[in-house]
Amino acid sequence: MSKTNAAGKTRRQIYEDRLRRRSMLIAGGSTLAVLLSVLVLVPLAPGWDRVKASFFNWEVFAKTFPKLLEAFKLDVAIFLWSAPAIIILGLLVALARDTRNPALFPLRILGAAYTDIFRGVPVVLTVYLIGFGIPGLGLPRPWNSPYIWGSLALILTYSAYVAEIFRSGIDSVHKSQRAAAQSLGLSDGDSMRFVILPQAIRRVIPAQMNMFIALQKDVALLSFIGPVEIFRQAGVYKSLLANFTPYVGAAVIFLAVTIPATRYADYLMAKQNRERS
Amino acid sequence: MAKIILKGVEKRFGDNTVCDGIDLEVEEGQMVCLIGASGAGKSTLLRCINLLETIENGEILLDGEDISLPGLNPQPVRRRIGMVFQSYNLFPHMTAAENVMLAPRRVYKKSRTELRPEITELFKRFGLADRMDHYPDQLSGGQQQRVAIVRALAMKPEVMLFDEITSALDPQLVGEVLDVLRLLKNSGMTMVLATHEMGFAREAADKVCFLKDGKVVEEGAPSALFDAPQHPDTQAFLARALK
Repeated sequence: MSKTNAAGKTRRQIYEDRLRRRSMLIAGGSTLAVLLSVLVLVPLAPGWDRVKASFFNWEVFAKTFPKLLEAFKLDVAIFLWSAPAIIILGLLVALARDTRNPALFPLRILGAAYTDIFRGVPVVLTVYLIGFGIPGLGLPRPWNSPYIWGSLALILTYSAYVAEIFRSGIDSVHKSQRAAAQSLGLSDGDSMRFVILPQAIRRVIPAQMNMFIALQKDVALLSFIGPVEIFRQAGVYKSLLANFTPYVGAAVIFLAVTIPATRYADYLMAKQNRERS
Repeated sequence: MAKIILKGVEKRFGDNTVCDGIDLEVEEGQMVCLIGASGAGKSTLLRCINLLETIENGEILLDGEDISLPGLNPQPVRRRIGMVFQSYNLFPHMTAAENVMLAPRRVYKKSRTELRPEITELFKRFGLADRMDHYPDQLSGGQQQRVAIVRALAMKPEVMLFDEITSALDPQLVGEVLDVLRLLKNSGMTMVLATHEMGFAREAADKVCFLKDGKVVEEGAPSALFDAPQHPDTQAFLARALK
């Protein structure tokens, strides 16, 4: 039986409560000190006024922010139609690279070459090559749209990464699972579809989320080939107002999406690690 | 004719010969126990019979038909031979019932509604009636292993292979799994077990084979093999195993 005091706490709990209060006090104090010194010291730095006027101009911010938000809808739209295509293509490439059927050997080589090429080339280069190059062949409308070809460039690049993550997930499923499926008389295709893939996909969800957070940011690369999405819109305002605040506004909008998404992916990852240990 | 006949089965992993010319006969309805130290080739032999491994030499006959023929499609054979593994190998993303129904659904093209009464009966028979909709991680080791047995039985196999199925279990859970094996034997199932449960082998087996270094050193009725082993290797192994 444990001894308890009037509050019904054991001495261990009282000791740990005291420790916790102490460390919270210290953490709070030191954070406050750092914050105060930043708030006091940064404005005292030489040139702060110029920095403030150029990057953190409230009037410019308030004036341009709604339009930036409007332009961000295009980023979201491009993301929304690219993401499903990336998942499907990435999965197909991963499966193609895992195939053992000799008739499909060319597919396997093609899959390997595809992932090597598109992971090895800077995204912006692929966006230029496909997004500028293909409409430049003189295709008729609407087939010369930079939306189509720019999105395709993103899809091709990101599918290569996503495929590799799927493949690592497939490899991470223990071979005894495949043996169990086979011993029941299931075909290789059914073993993959019902036993291996569901486990593999679950395991790589956090890693894939990080890829899609990166994709959301890289949609801005399409601004180079035409679409007036948020980055391009911010550039227009920057030239118009000779002020960098619109870029800061665009950054704020990106962060509002990416930070919660990143935290959620981290949370999923930590949850999975706990479950597996 | 015997249900399963092994003739000079040889299995190598690189330079390592795991099964070195094994001859074995299993009659219909018999329970044959393979005993021997870890690495003697018991598990590999079972995996060969289920065609999870290919053999380098020899023949494996099921009802007189050579199932070890290179190039033979293994799937129809595996449906006739169920296998249960040491580490259960249940599919963790499916409930117990889904685990059991997957193969009959895909292979025999039966619907869930068709299968449900049938497998409910199986679950009941093995004391798992209230565990059908649990996920594997919500089940004890003994329950998981019994679900794995039910999963193999749902394919209506003619032969069952058991690969040290109690080795990963807590001692107090071993009994419930061995009870299932007794039940199966009484129903006339042809069974081959790799096992370290000497007491169970002595009591329940029709034939016991002692394997060492990939060879059958000695085989016979359990009473003969356990009480009067002939070969010095068998004597040495049993002296240690029965201590």
